[in-house]
Amino acid sequence: MLWDWTYALEVLPVLAKAAIITIEATFLGFLIAASLGLAFAILRMLGPVVATPITIVIELVRSTPLLIQIFFLYFVLPKFGVTLDAFTAGVLALGLHYATYCSEVYRAGLENIPRGQWEASTALNLSLFTTFKDIILPQAIPPIVPALGNYLVALFKETPLLSAIAVLELMQTAKILGSETFRYVEPITLVGLLFLVMSLVAAIGIRWVERALSRRIAR
Amino acid sequence: MGLRSIIALLLATIALVAVLSTLEPFGIFMPGLLSGAWMTVRIAALGSFLAVVFGVASALVQLFWLFFVLPDFGISLEPYTVAVLALGLNVGAYGAEVVRAAILTVPRGQWEAATAVNMTQGQMLRRIILPQAVLTMIPPWGNLFIELLKSTALVSLITISDLSFKAQEMNQTTMKTIDIFTLVLLIYLAISLAITIAMRLLENTASRGLARGRAH
Repeated sequence: MLWDWTYALEVLPVLAKAAIITIEATFLGFLIAASLGLAFAILRMLGPVVATPITIVIELVRSTPLLIQIFFLYFVLPKFGVTLDAFTAGVLALGLHYATYCSEVYRAGLENIPRGQWEASTALNLSLFTTFKDIILPQAIPPIVPALGNYLVALFKETPLLSAIAVLELMQTAKILGSETFRYVEPITLVGLLFLVMSLVAAIGIRWVERALSRRIAR
Repeated sequence: MGLRSIIALLLATIALVAVLSTLEPFGIFMPGLLSGAWMTVRIAALGSFLAVVFGVASALVQLFWLFFVLPDFGISLEPYTVAVLALGLNVGAYGAEVVRAAILTVPRGQWEAATAVNMTQGQMLRRIILPQAVLTMIPPWGNLFIELLKSTALVSLITISDLSFKAQEMNQTTMKTIDIFTLVLLIYLAISLAITIAMRLLENTASRGLARGRAH
């Protein structure tokens, strides 16, 4: 028979354990992406001297494949004396790659703040830091949460790339299981289903957060 | 070598993406051209099914699934075919959204005016709707092609000797890690710049004669 239920049930716990690594990589990567993206977006507002180099870096990262960036961090950085283990290199690459996307999202959010808000903050003599923390960001971030959420799901879908540098996440675990028993059908199909289910759950979660936020804004 | 193969792969996949992504929304928008509503429902359902499965699932998982699992069902495909299929279906799911959104942005009045002058549905599309929709499609298509270019790096993981595969191979034989990976990044950058420029030119060509309050 093509699909062996006993084997499928046997590999499921192993895959579930590997799924935890995948989820860890997703959240750590997204943490980096969200904070670095915000930093990029704010730095780009500080005038052309800072903005130009950052824009070039963003374009460079956005137009080259994530896989090559992962290899770059994993294989090239050690030549400069920075040795990262596979998981760290992978998470950093994911975070950096998606930070460039997130920075565009933040930029859209920041540009949507009416000019009057900035002028009022200046009139009240608020420092730049206070202006961002108390006036600008609380208005800029809630509307862009859905867009950021989409990138969270996108980042999650890219985590199988970490298998290329032998991080023991879902895909790599499935491949190892497959090569041990020469049965790829069950592990890889299960991985596909796990990804499908987790993406859908995440998408529903984002929809829910979106609705909660829009209610808060309306009030 | 590696470069030629990714460009070939890119073109083959673009073709598949283009076909897939035009088929799906047209199934929804063009009941008249297809044989009745029944067909439309079927194509629309197939389209949304494909969009969910291929848009939601991870590209690499799809690639591995087609590569490792299909042979067990008795379907052995060349790695190259697997690559074109997986990337094409994945990006095609997004492409379909682009086409759909572009058709939706054509103002309602244009459809009504075309109906009022008694155009057939084919004429309406060819002369009125598409020339306007294509223009809005071009910038998102450009982004999509760059996404596609970036996903072609994945095929190195199913033993196709594309640019990324050659890079890893050369890295192991020559150990000139810094040179190789920097060069590979630059090559990808050059291709995506070329895509951006080509799409910009295409947009200029397509917008000729369409005055839309833009400065030309």
